[in-house]
Amino acid sequence: MRVIWIALLGVAVLAGSAAGASKGGSVDLVAYSTPKDAYGKIISSFQKTKGGSGVDFSQSYGASGDQARAVAAGQDADLVALSLDPDVSLLVGKGLVPKNWNANSHRGIVSDSVVVFVVRDGNPKKIKGWGDLVKSGVQVITPNPFTSGGARWNVMAAYGAQRRAGKTDKQAIAYLYKLFKHVPVQPDSARSALQIFAQGKGDVLLTYENEAIYAEKKGVHTEYRTPKATLLIETPVALTKSGASKPAAKAFYKYLWSSTAQKAFADQGYRPVVKSVAKGYHFFKPPGLFTIGSAKLGLNGWVKVNTRFFHPEKGIMAKVERSIGQ
Amino acid sequence: MGYLSVVVLLPLAALIWSSRADGLDSFWHQATRPEALSALKLTLGVAAVCALVNAVAGTAIAWVLVRDRFPGKSTVDAVIDLPFALPTIVAGLTLLALYGPGGPFGVDVAFTRLGLLVALLFVTLPFVVRAVQPVLLELDTEMEEAAASLGAGPIAVFRRIVFPNLLPAILSGVALAFARAVGEFGAVVLISGNIPFKTEVSSVYIFGQLQSGNGTGAAAVSVVLLAISLGVLLLIGAFRRWRTRHDGV
Repeated sequence: MRVIWIALLGVAVLAGSAAGASKGGSVDLVAYSTPKDAYGKIISSFQKTKGGSGVDFSQSYGASGDQARAVAAGQDADLVALSLDPDVSLLVGKGLVPKNWNANSHRGIVSDSVVVFVVRDGNPKKIKGWGDLVKSGVQVITPNPFTSGGARWNVMAAYGAQRRAGKTDKQAIAYLYKLFKHVPVQPDSARSALQIFAQGKGDVLLTYENEAIYAEKKGVHTEYRTPKATLLIETPVALTKSGASKPAAKAFYKYLWSSTAQKAFADQGYRPVVKSVAKGYHFFKPPGLFTIGSAKLGLNGWVKVNTRFFHPEKGIMAKVERSIGQ
Repeated sequence: MGYLSVVVLLPLAALIWSSRADGLDSFWHQATRPEALSALKLTLGVAAVCALVNAVAGTAIAWVLVRDRFPGKSTVDAVIDLPFALPTIVAGLTLLALYGPGGPFGVDVAFTRLGLLVALLFVTLPFVVRAVQPVLLELDTEMEEAAASLGAGPIAVFRRIVFPNLLPAILSGVALAFARAVGEFGAVVLISGNIPFKTEVSSVYIFGQLQSGNGTGAAAVSVVLLAISLGVLLLIGAFRRWRTRHDGV
């Protein structure tokens, strides 16, 4: 019996070393969960290119914040694809990702999306703009911004849209208080939120356009509306310091902005960031689109937004959460 | 003992260590924030109700499984343990589909405290059943027959003979169910609604603090949760020992 075990172990070790010794090298990709299908396709098409032949990939997918913390705690990663900038910043702070990670021509952003409203078939509650969400009798589903990093996009879209409509900072914050009074459930993640909405809870689901497209593909009976003023969601990818020293990881990183890769993202509902590719897809361009960096709307980037809105204790959203429960 | 240290005590010590990383003041502050306290109260309350329901329902199920004969009994007996085998997040999803807004029975308890209780009852069912079952199997029916022949009615037999013999087992089952309910995350995260002060339980609150980068806050609440659970477990254990001694007299 023991001999068999040792023999099996030997085979496993041999197999392991054979994989490690493949001529193209190996790349550890650590990513958030939603673009899994897109990355699967991009990797297989990359492996058919000259630079990618024989390259092995180990892929890990999970909630963006969890993935960032796992890498910070020592999980091997050459390339990190996360759902928002602060998760990359966490790794910059730990010295795992170089400070200039966003220095390429696309500022390290590999795909875009926007915050949209998913509504029931036929839009019975006639939801069009942000004002409709706080009408009496409307229930809004959005994840808890403290458990879901991605839900912060929704909150900032709501705030920014008010500012875009000429409201003051105070009025926009008052809108957040009002909006969250209409939220009966705060699921822990965007996917749980979709699950709960599909189950029949709520009139509107605040989520990303790519999730809305995913829901339609999966046959959930919904439609989605893009409000006139909404937030541009930008998802970053970064090479870690270990990845920067691997030719295969560097080649794959570059490949993410190739037209093949960008098309793969677009087919999964993400907005491509390469203009020539974007032309081929007809994503609706909201007239009032704004970014998280907009100083005019008082957003000023994730660092400022996170301390002001999402500090777990003193943040505006912490106060909003307190107000709805009490 | 060494095994116990590595598997249980070391991680607990590390947790306590990390909870006081920012000093004792900060620990106290984090543990007594209104959101944290309200989540704690809800968690302990629901866990207590869950443990009590289990005490009654679990004993009844064990009784039926041991004393009654019916077709398919061995299958039912095996099914009791399934909540243990099912990943709790799947349990949450299933319960949401059953008792949520689109459910087939028209019962909608999702996102309420009742929904929370239903989810916890599901995952803690086996504890009391499995604690009581072996004791009931060992229990000599001659004692009951003797009591009955002396004129005791079925209620008196149960109260005077069966119940005192089962009580220690029921209590240990209840203690396990309570402890499990306090810490449950997967089954409740989907069904609870997660609204602070209303439906947010400690495990979900802790998860939120971790996701927001407040590791000390998460550890502080965990330590309080553990301390209270330990207190309850010790109390139940002490009561059980007291009863057992008392029985001998």
